[in-house]
Amino acid sequence: MNRLSREQIAARVARDIAEGAYVNLGIGLPTLVANFLPADKEIFLHSENGVLGMGPAPAPGAEDPDLINAGKQPVTLLTGGCYFHHADSFAMMRNGRLDVCVLGAFQVSVHGDLANWSTGEPDAIPAVGGAMDLAIGARDVFVMMDLLTKRGDSKLVADCTYPLTGLRCVSSVYTDLGVFAVGKDGAAVIELVDGVSLDELQRLTGLPLALALA
Amino acid sequence: MIDKTVASFEAAVADIHDGATVMIGGFGSAGMPDELIDALIAQGARALTIVNNNAGNGETGLAALIKHKRVRKIICSFPRQSDSQHFDAAYRAGEIALELVPQGNLAARIHAAGNGLGAIFTPTGYGTELAKGKETREIDGRHYVLEYPIRADFALIKAHRGDRWGNLVYRKTARNFGPLMAMAADCTIAQVGEVVALGELDPEAVVTPGIFVQRVVGAGAYA
Repeated sequence: MNRLSREQIAARVARDIAEGAYVNLGIGLPTLVANFLPADKEIFLHSENGVLGMGPAPAPGAEDPDLINAGKQPVTLLTGGCYFHHADSFAMMRNGRLDVCVLGAFQVSVHGDLANWSTGEPDAIPAVGGAMDLAIGARDVFVMMDLLTKRGDSKLVADCTYPLTGLRCVSSVYTDLGVFAVGKDGAAVIELVDGVSLDELQRLTGLPLALALA
Repeated sequence: MIDKTVASFEAAVADIHDGATVMIGGFGSAGMPDELIDALIAQGARALTIVNNNAGNGETGLAALIKHKRVRKIICSFPRQSDSQHFDAAYRAGEIALELVPQGNLAARIHAAGNGLGAIFTPTGYGTELAKGKETREIDGRHYVLEYPIRADFALIKAHRGDRWGNLVYRKTARNFGPLMAMAADCTIAQVGEVVALGELDPEAVVTPGIFVQRVVGAGAYA
């Protein structure tokens, strides 16, 4: 079966981010999206530890321990970027100023519920960070994930079985096997990957899926 | 003359008592006041409740405080990391209690204490395990969870520069929780890279006004 690579998924997400957008890229896979944002457009990257206008990683040797991203990796500041404290940073989410956030997920429901902070295992040490704030805090929440787990279970589900991060918060799901819209009307395929049919996606997910190609 | 500078890190933390609630600034190691924490370890206070975004990274700072078994409870958003081995061990041994708070709610609850508010309604966490048993309310069609302020006896924070009245400026992403914690503690102790003369900080650029800071300690204090 034809699958998009992680870079191809990231590039696909990047295509849906408009010039002028204020964007938070979650820790892990979503940070790849930054590599595919067009250089000729001004897009504002937000990092919840207190940066707007975040730039790429510094050259080796030019790292500054006081300038890091939410994943605690060294970053740079673009000309015109700025710093702020945590209350301002999370105000940007809660009051709807962020246009897009891109998050990874364990599961997304067809109604847009998100589970991405805990697998609910009894012996696991829980950690949530800014995931719940981001889930409710951007106008559009894009999820970027493989459609299936390593065991072949669909991560797009009728109802999440893992602990929820946010209710009815995800708008689009970008996967290696297709792009989906989710929400109150359920899930629809909005883009097929070459060689993967709607029937195949319905079989893999076990879900009834509408086709609404853009 | 009012001079909030203190001659040493040891003197700055001398009165932190057993059982105190202590906010510690920093996001990972950016903004973590390592020297104040080292002085607190040497001072010996135990059974502390610590408020920080994380639960220690590596071997220094908050991780060292936990390793020395001084922490009874931690209020944080993201304890588990690849280098949080000292917290992980203490937590699994049942030696440390954890209150897990979403990062923005942590900031908002500290901010609420600093603002003198009795409580806040926040949309973050609604419908999740972290809101279980908490009062909720629908306001203008949006769902909110009732959360209470987090205040502290002491805040240990790191700033870039400060003056003897306690005015502070920060450096890059090391600012993070510092300005909020300074407002939410009875006694805020700021470790600064440099103590400067009154008037050297641009009044338009002061981030934490000195009214929120009780002690300043740093390299410039000895000059």
